[in-house]
Amino acid sequence: MKFLRNYIDKIKPSFEEGGKFEAFHSTFDAIETFFFVPDEVTKLRGAQIRDSIDMKRSMILVIVALIPSLLFGMWNVGHWHFLAFGEDATFWQEFGFGFLKVLPLIIVSYVVGLGIEIIFAQIRKHEVNEGYFVSGFLIPLIVPVDTPLWMLAIAIAFAVILGKEVFGGTGMNILNPALTVRAFLFFAYPGWMSGDSVWISGMVKNADNVVDGFSGATPLAEAAAGNISNLPSTFNMFLGIIPGSVGETSVLAILFGAIILIWTGIGSWKIMASMIAGGLFMGLILNLFAVNAFMELPAWEHFLLGGFAFGAVFMATDPVTAAQTDIGKWIYGFLTGVLAILIRVLNPAYPEGVMLAILFMNVFAPLIDHYVVEANIKSRLKRIKIKA
Amino acid sequence: MTVKIKKGLDIRMKGKAVFNLISVPETELFALKPTDFPGLIPKLAVKPDDKVKLGSTLFYDKYRPEVKFTSPVSGTVVAVNRGERRRILEVVVKSDNQNITVDLKIGDLSSLSGENVINILLSSGLWPTIRQRPFNIIANPEDKPRSIFISGFDSAPLAPDMNFVLQGLNEVFQKGVDVLSKLTEGKIHIGVKANTLDDSVFNSLSNVEITEFAGPHPAGNVGIQINHTDPVNKGEVVWVVNPQDVVMIGRLFETGVLDVERIIAFVGSEVINPIYYKTKLGMSVKEMVETNASGSNLRYISGNALTGTAINREGYIGYYDQQLTVIPEGNYFEPFGWMMPRLNKFSISMSYFSWMMPKKEFIFDTNLNGGKRNFVMTGQYEKVFPMNIYPVELLKAIIVEDFDLMENLGIYEVAEEDMALCEFVCTSKTEVQAILRKGFEYMLKELG
Repeated sequence: MKFLRNYIDKIKPSFEEGGKFEAFHSTFDAIETFFFVPDEVTKLRGAQIRDSIDMKRSMILVIVALIPSLLFGMWNVGHWHFLAFGEDATFWQEFGFGFLKVLPLIIVSYVVGLGIEIIFAQIRKHEVNEGYFVSGFLIPLIVPVDTPLWMLAIAIAFAVILGKEVFGGTGMNILNPALTVRAFLFFAYPGWMSGDSVWISGMVKNADNVVDGFSGATPLAEAAAGNISNLPSTFNMFLGIIPGSVGETSVLAILFGAIILIWTGIGSWKIMASMIAGGLFMGLILNLFAVNAFMELPAWEHFLLGGFAFGAVFMATDPVTAAQTDIGKWIYGFLTGVLAILIRVLNPAYPEGVMLAILFMNVFAPLIDHYVVEANIKSRLKRIKIKA
Repeated sequence: MTVKIKKGLDIRMKGKAVFNLISVPETELFALKPTDFPGLIPKLAVKPDDKVKLGSTLFYDKYRPEVKFTSPVSGTVVAVNRGERRRILEVVVKSDNQNITVDLKIGDLSSLSGENVINILLSSGLWPTIRQRPFNIIANPEDKPRSIFISGFDSAPLAPDMNFVLQGLNEVFQKGVDVLSKLTEGKIHIGVKANTLDDSVFNSLSNVEITEFAGPHPAGNVGIQINHTDPVNKGEVVWVVNPQDVVMIGRLFETGVLDVERIIAFVGSEVINPIYYKTKLGMSVKEMVETNASGSNLRYISGNALTGTAINREGYIGYYDQQLTVIPEGNYFEPFGWMMPRLNKFSISMSYFSWMMPKKEFIFDTNLNGGKRNFVMTGQYEKVFPMNIYPVELLKAIIVEDFDLMENLGIYEVAEEDMALCEFVCTSKTEVQAILRKGFEYMLKELG
């Protein structure tokens, strides 16, 4: 490490203002702070000591929480591919296939997204914010595995520039960046984002070779079509051995992530809990007025379908785009859950409602907070009146 | 009545002082620092080489000349140290060890009016010990405070134990309270640490309203205590005094002579024998540091590690400070620090392992432990800020200079120290106290 430190110290001046590589200052800084926590000390006035937590630690923990979903998703991609084409494969062949399919998505996600982040950081003379480390990891997990890489790149450029940087970067954005990517793909390239064949690797391009009778439809699509009897077993849905976006299928893996996020306090348990409560509430109401098979689906089973669990744990809890006050979080989560199930079940055009529900509530989160804060202001004014 | 404070954090730092009080080895230099008083524009009343008595004016407030800052010892002015743009940083006096005092001619307290008391406090130089809320600045002698609050304990990291510091001072403390009660029509509130009242100097007091407070820091902050007993509303002013300053005021009226004794705790991981020292206001820390701290590359903090001011080895104790904290500087690069288990570092968050060591006292250094970012994480400040105020929203209102919003969100109720823990826990390394002070300055300017 000493050698690395010496080397960094040696080349540092040429990346400072006026140096030869001034234009790469942000890149250099991001790399340096990756290897070394800076030697910056507290100011002479104010808090002289600081907690050990920082943005890098927080974000790496979210990534750790996502790893079970990623690993399971890689295996699941291979598993369904070989199943669809009727080939026998060992566990490692399945995992290896999925690994090679998902890895390019991750690479494109980071190269494009981080590239843009670094350029903006350089222009703004800021440090590169770690927020994109998480977004960049989330994006491959919420798209169909065969999404063409150029499409992904365009969607990411759109989401990072127009969804985040124009507002001022991480911390200032209104919409969840990863979901903005997905929403862009969803509306710009619907053929690659929905239907029965996009979820199985190789099935879009090579539909003829698929085993007879294999549909590739997600359980959610089956349920939406009213084919409740076609749903896999509850256990398989919980484990995640079903077609779907890379990371969304395994509720078990997501639960591991949820435990990490809740324990470390980085993901808000209030939002997760209230979103599940909201989903349950809406599910029960739909049960009450059920006129078709989908509406009759037991409310709790919705959590095993589609992206509900993944959305509740990793998407709705994004601290920047969620409500920020405690009371606001309860309201925000609950309404997100209600809307997700409402859109999912009653909307004929979209098969899934979680993404749109979260994005919609992202937009309303500041409004919710506004009213929560207003109530605080009113209580303060009331105190004066009581005295007077 | 006992108030339970639920939110907050007791930071377990190494180097707590043992209950042993000694005098500081021979110290000659003393200084008053105008920078200890936010917003003050000082006018000098002396120049180097002037002879001064204990109680002679060194400088005064440009806009309120009656507010004087007086010499803590008799001797010679040896230096007026200035900083950028010739701002006065320190007025240094070398003691002649004679303690020749200015004659203040104080009569019997019972015959004095409130106005008399104010004038005596002003001319003695003890007036600046009285601060006001809102904005945590020196009280305006023309104000009529709604009430006066004294916090009887300090809950900050490694803070001195006030029951130890004040032991045996019952009578003079009562005298101080009697003096203060001439200044307000309202009550004198004293906040006492729960379950310690029986053994404390406050038990025998009359003429005061005692409230007990239980819970973690900042339960001992007077601002938190005010907020939980009788919060400051728009247009109201309350005054606050540190308990040791009540003693100083009491002594002045008891003996008629200014006596600026101040007991401080000398604490921190780099102190050889953490202990209590009997000092005087503005005393040089040089002797204490030279005889009782080890190592180089240290940070000397006048005050506690959350709200204090860094001074150098030959600096002076701040006007309101009751402790001197010495910790290592953190100016080093830590390889992969953010990925490491960091078993020896403290964090309130569960993302490190300090929760597994609930008794361990940690060595803190001054490293920022990360880079500055925009606000990203939410709900962190609320866990350590026991007021019904939305801290992040208040800070954002200050950043955008929205006067009405600051007022509505409760800026009148907070002081920097009340939000110091927010600064400590912040993932984005936001300078909460500096932002808050900017907000106070903005409000003061707008209010005129």
